Amino acid sequence: MQPFIRHTGIAAPLIKDDINTDQIAPILHSRGLKEDYRAMLFHRARRREDGSENPDFVLNMPQFRNAGILVTGENFGAGSSRESAVWSMLANGIRVIVAKSFADIYRENCLQNGLLPVVLGSVTGEQFVARVVAADGQASFTVDLVTQRISGPGGPDLAFEIPAADRTRLIEGLDDIGLTLKHVDEIASWEARAQTVQPWLQSARDSR
Amino acid sequence: MMQQTLFDKIWDFHCVARRADGRDLIYIDRHVLHELHAHHAFARLQKQGRPVRRADLTFAVQDHTVATKPGRDDNTNPSGSAFIKAMREGCRTNHIRLFDVDDPEQGISHVVAPELGIVLPGATHAVPDSHASTVGGVGALAFGCGTSELAHILASQVMALKRPKNMRVQLDGRLAVGVSAKDAALRIIAEIGVAGARGHVVEYAGAAVRAMPIEQRMTLCNLNIEMGGRSGFVAPDDGTFEWLARRPFVPQGAEWDRALRYWRTLTSDENAGFDREVRLDCTTLEPQITWGTDPSQVVGISGSVPDPAALEPGRRAAAASAFGYMDLAPGTPLLGLPIDRVFIGSCTNSRLPDLQVAADIVRGRHVAEGVIAMVVPGSSSVKREAEAVGLDRVFRAAGFFWGESGCSMCAGGNGDRGQPGERCVSTTNRNFENRQGPKVRTHLASPATAAASAIAGRIADARHLAPGTA
Repeated sequence: MQPFIRHTGIAAPLIKDDINTDQIAPILHSRGLKEDYRAMLFHRARRREDGSENPDFVLNMPQFRNAGILVTGENFGAGSSRESAVWSMLANGIRVIVAKSFADIYRENCLQNGLLPVVLGSVTGEQFVARVVAADGQASFTVDLVTQRISGPGGPDLAFEIPAADRTRLIEGLDDIGLTLKHVDEIASWEARAQTVQPWLQSARDSR
Repeated sequence: MMQQTLFDKIWDFHCVARRADGRDLIYIDRHVLHELHAHHAFARLQKQGRPVRRADLTFAVQDHTVATKPGRDDNTNPSGSAFIKAMREGCRTNHIRLFDVDDPEQGISHVVAPELGIVLPGATHAVPDSHASTVGGVGALAFGCGTSELAHILASQVMALKRPKNMRVQLDGRLAVGVSAKDAALRIIAEIGVAGARGHVVEYAGAAVRAMPIEQRMTLCNLNIEMGGRSGFVAPDDGTFEWLARRPFVPQGAEWDRALRYWRTLTSDENAGFDREVRLDCTTLEPQITWGTDPSQVVGISGSVPDPAALEPGRRAAAASAFGYMDLAPGTPLLGLPIDRVFIGSCTNSRLPDLQVAADIVRGRHVAEGVIAMVVPGSSSVKREAEAVGLDRVFRAAGFFWGESGCSMCAGGNGDRGQPGERCVSTTNRNFENRQGPKVRTHLASPATAAASAIAGRIADARHLAPGTA
């Protein structure tokens, strides 16, 4: 996984609650396994019916085309578990999402891929949104995971909270499977114990 | 002794270790893959040189992209073909039991796993799909996961999870005739919102839940993610055990008896504490239907599209944006709204009793002129059982399409989708914009409401449908 330490970039405001994974990464009917994650991101909102770009969608506006920070509302990433909703962000250079809250599975998928999910308290959040809107893509913000601060135009640095373990995992770009496999002996002894106390869990055989 | 919830008991039993980062490693007893995500995970493991730890506890089902057209094969839906073949190859090299496109037991993973007895009470289950908790209907603890987690489970047979909180949804009273688990679930989501259960595992309890057949409990647990829940289940009871007995993958003989003794202990302690409790009296509940573009935008079927001023402030903006997409104005009654399409199927409502309810309504009647109506059974087994009792003939005679099993129009991943501007009554789980096809306007409802609406050509209350001609 690519580590996340800090990111400096344009912040794009998409201030809406409950943006779901069908909106973020709609199922497109490509015929190959290698999907175009760059084109997938907010595909329906970015395109008009005739296939041309919708100039009113925030990520199509000239000042936000290269945004690296997406700023949004409550319950971001609701819906499906599809990880393409994270991969499509990264494919477009978005490394940070600042939301009022995240859907559980989406947040997990962010942590697996080095996409930083930031939740700001309501007062700080409102201040940040106002500053992002005022900056209008003309100046960059820096999100620093080491110091847990966001700096940028329009005011003082804003602090954010993130569980220490999630922070370490992102900064070090840790291999999640590798972390777990350090416990392989405990997994094996759990299996042996289950085999004794609930043996039916350890075998899934077709009895026919 | 400390009073525990059933969730706590299952979690603690399955907790293998605590990782350095504070996450619990939860053993996954049964893991089921589908073709939309499996190939990514297989490719990743191959690249890392990591083997599948427990292929014998892993299963795979082709469901998201398979065509529903009779006589289908790998290529009937051209956009699914590469996914189907890649999962088949991955299962072959990793020795994973695959329910392939032409397998007599293929179907939607959440329907297939319980009907074959692959999931069990008190067992943990994972699927790379947010509707994994459907199998909570038999008392299993199931987690939806992303692709990275899918690879993680394949390599280790555990998930690294933060312990969720406990929530109980208590359904009191009894559901009236013609009102189902779907209606109760939609009402709860309406009450607590699309993020109302975020971070929680939900235990569904109460007299109305106890009275539900297992298939209805699965519908209830299926919709748990639509209020943001991490998982959801119903504690198993005699009805569960009877439903599971003799299914092919359940323990047999003396081992069944031993399992049964254990399963009977699977209840929350009487005074166990829940972080959150929600109650709903089901006695006066009428059929429910969504009017908007998220599953919390729900009204009783005799109701009208709400006036935003009457909604909580936090829900007004979403409502305002839904009016335009759905082409509905505040105050419009739902009953009588002309429709173009009906879909009966998906992991929410595609099991045999769902189809029986719908068939009883359409028997001897015909789908209204101009309405396209589809029934897609949840599994090939459900399809076979339905055909054995003649339901296919009932649906076909009424003008319904009767398809091969799969996810179909729920997410449209197999090419089954509506036309722009169509209004569709659907027994699925998400009424998100464009999900059932670009600009398709989805109204989520029960199989009874969907069937009655297909006949009427308008949103209809099945309880008030004019007598049929049969």
